[in-house]
Amino acid sequence: MSVVTLQLGQCGNQVGQELYDVICSDAQDAQRRTTHTTVSCERFFHQNKHGDLVARAVLIDMEPKVIKQSMKKAADSGRWRYGDDSHFSQKQGSGNNWANGFCVHGPRHIEVVEELVRREVERCDRLAGFMTMMSVAGGTGSGVGTYVTQSLRDAYSKSFILNHLTWPYGTGEVIVQNYNSVLTLAHLYQLSDAILVHENDTVHRICSQLLNIKHISFSDVNRVIAHQLGSVLQPALTADSHGVYSRNPLGELVSSLACHPEYKLLSVCTIPQMPSSSIAYSTFSWPGLLKHLRQMLISNSKMEDGIDWQMRPPSASERTRSLTGASFNTSLANLLILRGKDVYSAEAGGFEDPALYTSWLSPETAFTRWNSPVPFNKYEKSATLVSNSQALLKPLDNMVRKAWNMFASRAYIHQYIRFGISEEDFLDSFTSVEQVISSYTQLCN
Amino acid sequence: MTQSVIVQVGQCGNQIGCRFWDLALREHAHVNKRGVYDEALSSFFRNVDSRISDGGACGVGERIQHLKARAVLVDMEEGVVNEILQGPLREVFDSTQLLTDVSGSGNNWAVGHMTYGSAYREQIVDKLRKAAEHCDCLQCFFLIHSMGGGTGSGLGTKVLKLLEEEFPDVCRIVTSVYPSAEDDVITSPYNSVLAMKELTEHADCVIPVENQSLVDIVNKIKYMSDGGKPGSVIKRDSAIISGRGGLSGAEKPFDAMNNIVANLLLNITSSARFEGSLNMDLNEIAMNLVPFPRLHYLVPSLTPLYTLADVNVPSRRLRPSLPFVSWNQEGWKTGLCSVPPVGHSHSLLALANNTCLKSTFVELSERFTKLYRKKAHLHHYLHVDGMEQSCFSEAVTSLSSLIEEYDHLDATKGKIVLDATRLSIAT
Repeated sequence: MSVVTLQLGQCGNQVGQELYDVICSDAQDAQRRTTHTTVSCERFFHQNKHGDLVARAVLIDMEPKVIKQSMKKAADSGRWRYGDDSHFSQKQGSGNNWANGFCVHGPRHIEVVEELVRREVERCDRLAGFMTMMSVAGGTGSGVGTYVTQSLRDAYSKSFILNHLTWPYGTGEVIVQNYNSVLTLAHLYQLSDAILVHENDTVHRICSQLLNIKHISFSDVNRVIAHQLGSVLQPALTADSHGVYSRNPLGELVSSLACHPEYKLLSVCTIPQMPSSSIAYSTFSWPGLLKHLRQMLISNSKMEDGIDWQMRPPSASERTRSLTGASFNTSLANLLILRGKDVYSAEAGGFEDPALYTSWLSPETAFTRWNSPVPFNKYEKSATLVSNSQALLKPLDNMVRKAWNMFASRAYIHQYIRFGISEEDFLDSFTSVEQVISSYTQLCN
Repeated sequence: MTQSVIVQVGQCGNQIGCRFWDLALREHAHVNKRGVYDEALSSFFRNVDSRISDGGACGVGERIQHLKARAVLVDMEEGVVNEILQGPLREVFDSTQLLTDVSGSGNNWAVGHMTYGSAYREQIVDKLRKAAEHCDCLQCFFLIHSMGGGTGSGLGTKVLKLLEEEFPDVCRIVTSVYPSAEDDVITSPYNSVLAMKELTEHADCVIPVENQSLVDIVNKIKYMSDGGKPGSVIKRDSAIISGRGGLSGAEKPFDAMNNIVANLLLNITSSARFEGSLNMDLNEIAMNLVPFPRLHYLVPSLTPLYTLADVNVPSRRLRPSLPFVSWNQEGWKTGLCSVPPVGHSHSLLALANNTCLKSTFVELSERFTKLYRKKAHLHHYLHVDGMEQSCFSEAVTSLSSLIEEYDHLDATKGKIVLDATRLSIAT
């Protein structure tokens, strides 16, 4: 079953291109064509009449430069390409303004976008669902992205929609990024089935501390995100798939992790992550990998460096419920994806410990495991944890705090009002996001 | 890429504009080795093949035939514009882009704004429309003028109003030259304050430039180049006052100062003209730097002023030691452009929405009041059709309330401000 991706705005288009690149090179890595390769290619590409792999993607941006670059990079790879007509761009961007994206550009161009999406959907034998990729800080990805998600939800009410969001550096890339983020999250929460988040700050640390990159550029960051996303989306054997690769990856992801409408925020971490030159010299063991990954979950660390090994899950009597208190990370649900050699020998019992989870879900329901004997992206063994937990609570709270402070002085509000949203809309969005924060805070019960 | 149109009004506006076009051509010539009309050039220039009878415009990707500036030149006396048309830039403008008259505005804002404003309204709008029609996707109007005189100040702000009426969706960025205290035009405070009101109400962004600051910068550079510091030699052509573009010959008195402003404009527009790893659209400047509609005055700073020869100047990081308002502690917006200015390896332009402008406005207000109290020269203005005493009082009120808004923000400096109380959710 196939996934149709919508790449929105500068970030969405850059990350999307890296994702397809990782998937394609991983799928074609096998010396002989295996089922894994076939399923992966079917899921993400279709074949044009020349036999080229063409990504099942629609590229959308309000200015043309980034789409041009992404399409060129894809074609230059020689292994895959974007469809010649699968993109839509305008001449002038959204000026970092969510309202400009959502109220003006979105409605103005939605018909063309819907048509492009429809064409991709028709090329699929069976549709597994949609993944949208965008950032929340700017104007197009966030504003147009939200509007397009709304339209997808209306047109394809039975399909799964996974929103992949990139959160900006906390120190600010765009002055109004917190407004744009709050508005996006508030609206998406009602439309999306699950929201998978990568934070630029976290990925930046991975690049500097694990990958030893000296001058970190956005391509480095995007490549890490692509690696992590790829490890989630490549074919895997699930409990429901009865011995074959799952035909319903998005559906199974959503049902295992986002079982409650209040809780849709997902974070990812993968292990190991190291410079590609070091991989050949490293050996990995499942017990070692899983032990680190479990501790990363508990201490809310996204990297295998500097893990707080003192952190332990609290006993039943110790559960605290403050944001600033003990930083034990309570999970609602976890999905563990293991890929590589001897995968069935891996023991994941540590993730079924009830102490990790909120009290109102049993670990059997909360924990899911997928396997694949095929190694991913050159790592002989790798483990990915997709987590619906309190991991994103602190960054989300910071984002809302800064946005609220700015809103209290009404700074920049006139820029949004002139494009069609009101102070009421702002207040509604703040309320929705505070609700999400409140729900996650109470997971400790 | 998007296009922008420069509107230069009055003597100062046209002189600066002329330097801008000269330096822009020099910069593009430096980068564009193959003579192809590319996206970068098209943001400020049209490519015209004059052999085609309807003045055919050529598209991006073709060879450069004839570059025409996307500009409208307005002046109520002919001297400056005529000089441009006789100089090496004459090919860059065609006659349909010009609007001139003979007698000038007599340093009178009211004459410029009301008399010429109504007389030439149709023609101005017509020329602006033509310039806009030549653009595929018009993003921004840049208005260049001075505040102290009659045409730039009066007619310039009338043009600003017309731009808002006719093209409400296009960003209006204004570069205004403010007179120094020793300005030889006695009524410059009147003209400036009357113009300020229009700027506050109708511009999206204003970049104020003070003549006094320009004089100081020029003197500093001259000091350096006259061997002020032993052992340091300035690289040729690298100073931002150097005008070695296409023009040769003796430099005229204001040339050095005008070159600084022209360089400023070059830097602001660089992200629109060239590619970079972190592109910044011009409308993003307005979005990120203007938190409240009236507080849209951005102080520009440019570095380096010159490059020392034989010395490698390392790029310094901007130290975050500036006091920010409590609700915008990380209020930085960054853009990166991969093409440096000619003669430099890199340069940095900072635009700051900063309350320091308050002192400039306070001084201006004081100079205004000195004259207004005595009703000095008022009759020259009140004689003009359409001009009334209320225009003056409204203008000074507008300026005072602007100063008050800055005061208000300044008052929060150094105070510890707690986070605003968050919404509480019933559990």
